[in-house]
Order: sequence, then structure tokens, then C-alpha cells
Amino acid sequence: MSFKDKLLSSYIALEDYLEFDSPLHDVRNNAIKIFEEKGFPTKKDEEWKYTSLNSLLKTDYSVYSNKERNVELQDVRKYFLNEIDTYKLVFIDGVYSSFLSETTHDTLDVCLMSAALNKKKYKPVIEAYFNKAAKSDSLTALNTAFTKEGAYIHIPAHKEVEKPIEILNFSTGNEAAMFLQPRNLIVVGENAHVQIIERHQSLSTNEVLTNSVTEIFAEKRAYVDYYKIQNDVESASLIDNTYISQQRDTVCRVHTFSFGGKLVRNNLNYFQNGENCDSTLKGITILKGKQHVDHNTLVHHISPNCESHQDYKGLFADSSVGVFNGKIIVEKDAQKIDAYQQNDNILIDDNATINAKPQLEIFADDVKCSHGCTIGQFDEEALFYLRSRGIGMKEARGLMMYAFANTVLESVKIPELKVRINKLIANKIGVSLGFEL
Amino acid sequence: MKYTEDDLKKELETKEYEYGFYTDIESDTFPVGLNEDVVRAISKKKEEPEWMTEWRLESYRYWLKMVEPEWANVHYEKPDFQAISYYSAPNSKPKYDSLDEVDPELLDTFKRLGISLDEQKKLAGVAVDIVMDSVSVATTFKKTLAEKGIIFCSISEAIKNHPELVKKYLGTVVPQRDNFYAALNSAVFSDGSFCYIPKGVRCPMELSTYFRINQAGTGQFERTLVIADEDSYVSYLEGCTAPSRDENQLHAAVVELIALDGAEIKYSTVQNWYPGDKEGKGGVYNFVTKRGICEKNAKISWTQVETGSAVTWKYPSCILKGDNSIGEFYSIAVTNDYQQADTGTKMIHIGKNTKSTIISKGISAGRSQNSYRGLVKIHPNADNARNFSQCDSLLMGNSCGAHTFPYIESKNKSAQIEHEATTSKIGEDQIFYCNQRGIDTEKAIALIVNGFGKEVLNKLPMEFAVEAQKLLEISLEGSVG
Repeated sequence: MSFKDKLLSSYIALEDYLEFDSPLHDVRNNAIKIFEEKGFPTKKDEEWKYTSLNSLLKTDYSVYSNKERNVELQDVRKYFLNEIDTYKLVFIDGVYSSFLSETTHDTLDVCLMSAALNKKKYKPVIEAYFNKAAKSDSLTALNTAFTKEGAYIHIPAHKEVEKPIEILNFSTGNEAAMFLQPRNLIVVGENAHVQIIERHQSLSTNEVLTNSVTEIFAEKRAYVDYYKIQNDVESASLIDNTYISQQRDTVCRVHTFSFGGKLVRNNLNYFQNGENCDSTLKGITILKGKQHVDHNTLVHHISPNCESHQDYKGLFADSSVGVFNGKIIVEKDAQKIDAYQQNDNILIDDNATINAKPQLEIFADDVKCSHGCTIGQFDEEALFYLRSRGIGMKEARGLMMYAFANTVLESVKIPELKVRINKLIANKIGVSLGFEL
Repeated sequence: MKYTEDDLKKELETKEYEYGFYTDIESDTFPVGLNEDVVRAISKKKEEPEWMTEWRLESYRYWLKMVEPEWANVHYEKPDFQAISYYSAPNSKPKYDSLDEVDPELLDTFKRLGISLDEQKKLAGVAVDIVMDSVSVATTFKKTLAEKGIIFCSISEAIKNHPELVKKYLGTVVPQRDNFYAALNSAVFSDGSFCYIPKGVRCPMELSTYFRINQAGTGQFERTLVIADEDSYVSYLEGCTAPSRDENQLHAAVVELIALDGAEIKYSTVQNWYPGDKEGKGGVYNFVTKRGICEKNAKISWTQVETGSAVTWKYPSCILKGDNSIGEFYSIAVTNDYQQADTGTKMIHIGKNTKSTIISKGISAGRSQNSYRGLVKIHPNADNARNFSQCDSLLMGNSCGAHTFPYIESKNKSAQIEHEATTSKIGEDQIFYCNQRGIDTEKAIALIVNGFGKEVLNKLPMEFAVEAQKLLEISLEGSVG
């Protein structure tokens, strides 16, 4: 039985547990139909030209975890941003862990998708927002059909959340191979501010495939700062679908740090539905071994007077593969747009590959759109400069890699997180940079 | 006499498509439809040897199994391949030694195009191989070229007289089964140009062909083969205009360039086929496969000015096979009204120290869609490969679109690739500046557009550069709102 068939039959089993009168039921049914029709994307799909899921789909994944396992705090403590106080939503093998989490209902809601789906109180919010921004591509539809658990964050108007919110997904390796589908809904009310850190972490070397969908709605003048840390073990793969719907005068920033995992695919989609939106998409990718990371971004400029800024840096060693597929669409009525996209890559070893496809589709005339893409290597002269001052080859290269990635790092707004990422980078590059980060 | 705004208006109305006229020459046209017999008949008509007939049939069989590509960013009504006549040749068959013998009506056509053969012969020093409805009518300067050992003739003549060269190179750069239109072309090509430059020879003049689509309902399937032997140089010009027609005309040409060790080929095109009327009715479908291969130290340079055709689908490419070879692509694509263009290039770096430059300028006005689609591919062995790409788009009005689809694939760590693209409109301050100095808006735009495309226009041979600038102006007339 192929994995697709297995999912389709699991859905029939899932249906028995669902409330039939729920409006979500139709949404689920439609979604599974889309998935059944389209199936998993293949290399023949233009959007998946450079990334194949074939090798991943051969594995027989468990769709549900049979045993529950508790995780001790000391085992996972290092994955938390424990230097500062944060709200925490922790999921273990897709199941919420109340023991490790720190949620709230005090003025703002930081709680569970499962609760939001079942409690009457949340019904209006779910009806207004759930699956409203997500596109109906097959993987997103698959997640929609199986929506069960995930983070539910609702920030009311004019609320500035006093501390960051962490969303952590752990997989324990209870099953030989696990398929996880977290579904997050984040609604940020008018003039509200929030900072969110998301992380997927496998605690064993058993195979994990995560197909995550996050919908973020930014109401008027909202400010959303989102950080994705992808530093998983080499048996874990992640397909991350993020959909951001912006209303007027909003600022949404997403930083993606991809250092780990076997195959990571980031589908990051922005929809600017109001004037004066500011969208920022930044990322650092540092890969080794046979890792494969694919950044697929879309910024859809629907309204006039908006801005978007993209800056992705990539360093590829060994036989790793990097893909950057950035698309900017400017609609006919979206005049006075300032859209900027930059993608810089360095290939460190002979077997590394980079495939870049920066795309512009522009239908409005009064716009400023530009994209730049470079692929190169270390500047020999700069290396020589460093080495002539007594810095070893390895350290010199490390310094240069660090400097290369730094433009993205500079815009991280949580100081403790910046330190953490600095450490991750130093660790990934494999050199101690010799100065306090 | 004072030139008033009304005069300008009148001029614009009548100036819509300057070259929209139709020469009535009795043509020898095949009935519509395509099957193996038609392919055989074309081959027979051209008095081709057996191997060529077989080659065509093989291509036809590949073509049958292929489907029309749909990935391009263009939308059009698919041509009915059984409703096209695949062969048409002007009736006045025998070859002429001098221009005086040529059908006066035909000569008149060229005069109206502003290209007087006599003048060109004398002043510009251009040998013109005129292709009118697929058959070569006149070949000039043959003697001068023959002295140098240069072969410049129609491809059918080449098949007859130089079969060893044609056999060796035809289909090596664009294989029969390369794509749908290349396969179709390989099966039914009616004529085209052949050019061979011997070792170490520098071609003393710009070689040039003038293509025209003339007979109603006949698809034009040109086949061009240019071979530059070791250390030779040639500059080749191709220019086209076509008469106004209501029904869509299909043009599926194949151009193959072969630059052997140390050779250099410069291939320039000005394309101004009928783009359809203001409502997007009619116009030429231009589906062209152009590709060149560079051996060691060789260089191929493509320059194109695309202003015509309702739908353009064209990617002049370079395979940089030999070490130290160089590929260049300079393009201006202008679309107006309902025109659609999906054009760009492919630079395939295989050899070491290979270099490529891509400069693409897209201008869209009216309700047109203009896309740049390009590929830069660095193979693992292409050490120190270098690419620079620049794609700029200019938008006029908010009903048109400009799109960029660059594909960049690198598998070599020493490769250095840069790509940049911008999209903008003509600044109001720029126009104001010109207005202030007494230059009207229409002229100002022509001026700015010419400046925008200067990097590409500069690469054109002198005779073409002037014509191309005029074309840009004509194509954009009336597009300013």
C-alpha cells in the first residue's frame, strides 16, 4: 500500500471520531478530495522541480502514535530558550504536553488547536479564520484534512505580548517512522504585537516526516515577528507551509534558520490584503552532508503602497543541495510597490549544488521591483588578508562565513535568541570564532 | 508647413503597421495538411537525396509522438497543424545572375521595406540571400565569398552541393526530437540559409538573409545552419517583416550555430512580423529554436530585437562545451497591444573557464505580456565558470505585465554567477525633463526607450542599429496614455 493510500484510509478511520455537524467537516472532506486528486507533488510540478519527495515517501510512516511517552524536562531543556521567560506550547509526537507547556488565557489565548476546534467559545474565531489563508495545494490540503492538534494563539486588539511564545514539536522515536501534521492558527488583533519562535526537534534517530501548516492573520497595524529554527537531526524531514495574511499597516517578519534536517522544504506565502504592509522574509541556510533545503517564497502584492524585503543567504558544503525559489507577484492595482529580493549563495565543496529561481510577475507599472541572485565562493584576497594576520585557514573561513550570514542575523529582535543562533552557526561551521557572540 | 498635433494623430493612425502589404506573386502551394506523403513530396520537390528524405521522415515520426509545450507564459489558440500548407514557393523559379531579372514586383516589395538591394550591395557591402516564401530567389556577392572559400547559399542547395557538411552537422545542436516545433521543422523545413566559413577565414562582410512570410496560410519553416571552422569569424544578420493578415500564421524556425575551436559567430536578428491588430486579432506565431555550440576558445554572440509577432517563444542558447568558450545574449523585446513574448536564453557551461553574459531588456505596453525565461547551468566540471545576467523590464500602463523566470543551477564551487533584475516604469521626471526642453511626450518616450535599450542596440551591426531604433519607435507609438 502506498503512503498515499494509507493516508486516505486513515482519514476514513479519523472521520468516525469527528463531529459530523461541525462546519469543519466539509472543509476536511474537501481537503482530502484535493489531496486524493493531486497526490504528493512530483518533480514534474514546476514548484517542485528541484526537490523530490520520492525517497521520503518510500518509508512506511505511522500516522498516529500508539504509545504515549513522557519526556523529562532535563532531556529537552536545551531546546527551550531558557534564558528568558516565555509562553510555551510543547507537543510530543503530535500530542500536547501540559507538563512542559506554559499556556495562558489571561487576556490573550495561547492554547491548543484541539481545544479551539471543540469549544463553543472559539467557534467564531475558527469560523472566521481557519483555512482562510491557506492555499489548496495537495500537502496543505492533506494537513487540513487531518487537522487535530497544534498551536492556537489569539492576541486581542491593542495587546502587546510581554514575552515571546515558543512552539516546540518533539518526536521521541516511539514509532519506527512517524508522520506528524501540526496545524497552527495565529490571529493577531488590531495594533497587537507578538513574537513567536517555532522549532521542530527529533529526540531519536528514527525517521520523522513533518507536514506542518501555520496560518497567521495580522489585523490592522499588527506586528508579528516569527522565527523558525530548523536544526533537526539528519533523519528528520520537514515540509513547512506558512501562510500570512496581512491587513493594512501591518508588519510581518519571518526569519528562517535552516541548519539541520534531511530534507527541509519551506513554503512561505505572504498575502498583502491592505495598504502600507511591510513584509520581511529572511533566512540563513548552512548545510553539510547530504542535506537538502528548499526555500519557496511567495509575496503576493494585492494592495498598493506596500513593501517587501527578502534576504536569503546560503552556505553549502559537502554534497548538500540548496534551492531558492522566490516569487513576487504584483497585481494590476498594486501600484507604488517596493519589492526587493536578494539571494546570495556560496558553494564550499565541489559536490554541493545550488538551484535558484528568483521570479517576478508584475502587472502594475508604477512599481520598484528588483531581485538579485549571486553564486560564488570565498574571496581569496580576504582569506589571504586574514591568514597573513595569523588566523588559521579554518578560522578565517569561519569568520568569513559568519560575516556573510550576519546581515540576516542583525535583524533578529530577541537578544537571547540571537546569541542562541550565533552558537548554532558557530557549531555548524565547526569553529570557535574566538570572540564572545 | 507646420506640423500639428492633428497631423501626428493622422500619422499614427495610418502608421500602425508600415510593412503591412501583400505582394501578389503566383505561388506554387501545396494543399493543406501534413502526413508522410507531404513530407516525401516536399523532399522530392527540393530534389533531395534519399538520406535527407529519411531524415525528414524520422523527424516526422518523432513529432507525431510529441505534444505541444504548454509551459510558456503565453496563451493563444493552438494552430491546427492539418490546416496549414507546408510548402509554398514563388513561381518564377529559375535563378538569376543579376537583380534585373528578378520579378519587378518583388523588387518593389523590398523598396517599400526601405531595403534596396542595389543600394545595399554598393553602400553597405552586404550580401543578401533573399528568402521569400521559403525559396531563395537571389544570392549576391557569391563570387567575392567564393574566393575566400566561404559557402553561403540556401540550405537546399547545400544539401545538393555540400552533402558531407550538412550530413555532419545538421541536427547536432538541435536534435530532431529536441522539442515539438524543432521536430516539426526538421520534417517539413522548406528552405533556409547555409553558411560555412573555412579555417582561419574572417568573413569580409556581414552575411544577411531577409525572411518574409508572404503567401496567406502558409507556415514558414526555415532551417539555418552556420558553421564556423577553426579560427574563423562571421557576422550573420537576419531580419524579418511580414504583411498584415487576419489569420494566424505559424513560424517555426530552427537555427543551428557551430563554432569550432577559436571561431566566432555573431548572430543578429531584427524581428518585426505582423503582431496582430489593435484587438489582438491575427498576427504571427513565432516558435523558434535557436542554439549554438562553442568548442574550445570559441565565441557565440546572439543579439536580437523582437518587436513583432503575436506570440513569441524563443530562446537563443549557447552550449559552452569547449574550455575558455564565451556565450553572449543581448536582447530587446518590445510588446504592445495584445502581443505576448516569452523569450530568453540558456547558457550551458560545460567547459572550464567558460564565460557568459546575458543582457535582456523587456518593454511592455498596451495589454501585452512580456516574459524573460532563462537558464544558467554550471556543470560539475566547469571550473571557474562565470556568468553575469541582467534583466530589466520597463512597463508602460497598468494593463500589461512583465515577468522574469530565471533558472540558475550550479554544481561547481568555483563558479561565479550574478543575476539581477529590475522592473520599473518611465519616470515622470524624465518625461518632464524632455517636455521642458521642447520634446513632445511621444518623442521623449522613444528617446528614453532607446536609452533603455542602448546596451543591446550597441551590439547590433551598424545597418541594423538604425533600423532597430526606428522599429522600437514604431512599435511603441500610441502606447502612451
